[in-house]
Amino acid sequence: MVIAESKPLAEILDMIKDFKKIVVAGCKGCVTVCCAGGEKEVAILASELRIARKAAGNELEVKEYTCERQCDPEYIEPLDDLVADADAVLSIACSVGPQYVAARYPYLRVYPGLNTTSIGGAVEHGVWTEFCQACGSCIIGNFGGLCPITRCAKQLLNGPCGGSSEGICEVGKGSIPCIWQLIYDRLKNLGELHKLTEVQLYKNWSTSRDGGLRTTTREELKQ
Amino acid sequence: MTAEYSAGSKLEKIFKSGQKAVTGECGPPRGTDVEHFKKKAAFLKGNVDAVNVTDNQTAVVRFCSMAAAKLLLEMGQEPVMQMVTRDMNRIGLQSNILGAAALGIKNLLCLTGDHQSFGDNPQAKNVHDMDSIMLAHTLKNMRDEGKMVSGTECQGRPRMFIGAAANPFADPQEFRVVRMGKKIAAGVQFIQTQCIYNMERWRKFMEMANDMGLTEKCFIMAGITPLKSVGMANYMKKFVPGLDVPDSYITRLKGVPKDKVAAEGIKIAVEQIQECLAMKGVAGIHLMAIEWEDHVPEIVKAAGLLPRPVVEAD
Repeated sequence: MVIAESKPLAEILDMIKDFKKIVVAGCKGCVTVCCAGGEKEVAILASELRIARKAAGNELEVKEYTCERQCDPEYIEPLDDLVADADAVLSIACSVGPQYVAARYPYLRVYPGLNTTSIGGAVEHGVWTEFCQACGSCIIGNFGGLCPITRCAKQLLNGPCGGSSEGICEVGKGSIPCIWQLIYDRLKNLGELHKLTEVQLYKNWSTSRDGGLRTTTREELKQ
Repeated sequence: MTAEYSAGSKLEKIFKSGQKAVTGECGPPRGTDVEHFKKKAAFLKGNVDAVNVTDNQTAVVRFCSMAAAKLLLEMGQEPVMQMVTRDMNRIGLQSNILGAAALGIKNLLCLTGDHQSFGDNPQAKNVHDMDSIMLAHTLKNMRDEGKMVSGTECQGRPRMFIGAAANPFADPQEFRVVRMGKKIAAGVQFIQTQCIYNMERWRKFMEMANDMGLTEKCFIMAGITPLKSVGMANYMKKFVPGLDVPDSYITRLKGVPKDKVAAEGIKIAVEQIQECLAMKGVAGIHLMAIEWEDHVPEIVKAAGLLPRPVVEAD
């Protein structure tokens, strides 16, 4: 799923400092699962903003709504009435959401309340890690099902580099496991260490962000 | 190995003559202070066969390795130009290979480079379109097949001797030699290792390299960095990932009067050089006397490596 986290309150307050009425819009998709932009977080953020602005002697009217998903036009529609007299929408979906909101309301200001951090998953309660960079051409089958593009700081395909020490990457001050150690251990378990002796050559990055905006089309589903 | 020269650099010729080669290192300055660079490089002249010029090492901005390599050529010294894949994509890297070859640079050390989080621009984007192994493969293909990555024909091939680094002290230990083997399979002809302190582990690494036949396919140079002080030794031990400084060396440095520590560090380096050269498969020494270039003549002399062979590059 898409992982996101809240922007600092001060940054959000600064973005909306000129407005009197805003809508805080959440999303019941990924950001609900990673506890950053669901119904609960919408309510908390709305209260925080009201309190902060009241304390500053500049009251703010905040309406709350959590879309089923913000990455589908039909789920943005319920915002129509709410935004009618609003100065701005503060979306706390992943950064796809505010862009859908912006597309629907050409004359309405839209701001992101979250920083979208990665495509990943939970590794323990309250901790989420990145697992995929959406390079558009998955190669993890060569590496025991683990992704060095995402999980190696140098995106090495012929790792591990000289900075792998006791299973830990030199980047991240001891907090990041060396994915190449994990790949090595896994291929050893699978009896496939020989795979690591093959020289991996150039990756085609044109399917990644480098190739320009990516659009996925399924002709059979198009109407 | 045949006496046919793929690049005709002085370094390649010395290796292929069967003599032990010695390389040094000279880091370009963090500015345009050419005189400082030349002064450091001058200490190496006649004491080493070729001089590595680093490419923004530790991800700190310095003047570029190609310019530094060209300055060395003008000083009558042979450069080993280092090139990292961190800062340029395949377009930039191939362009620099061609440019460097056009300037007469004949040795290229292919590296991935230190991560930018260690340098002075931790907010920089890194590239890593290729890694060191792909870079070596690229150069080999350009030189031997006349083909660029895209398949385009090179109009004039870059005649360069292909080098890379190896760290025998990183993990997983049993994979380090295998990884060096991958570099060699990709086209690497000489290896310069990370600084060696743990001689036991180094010896095991070389035994494995010999067993795998790698020392017959590639010239392996032992990387030696003299310990200048107890502080430096402690720093290397504690803070440089993949470096393994045994306590015995630190004890030795601590055991001499303060004004004798540097001399003891040099003594250790000389002992290490001699021990390395006695090992099967070690083809030379890469002496990285970081900001201590003025001590290189003394170390090389004490190690019995002078005079250096007089060889002309093609």
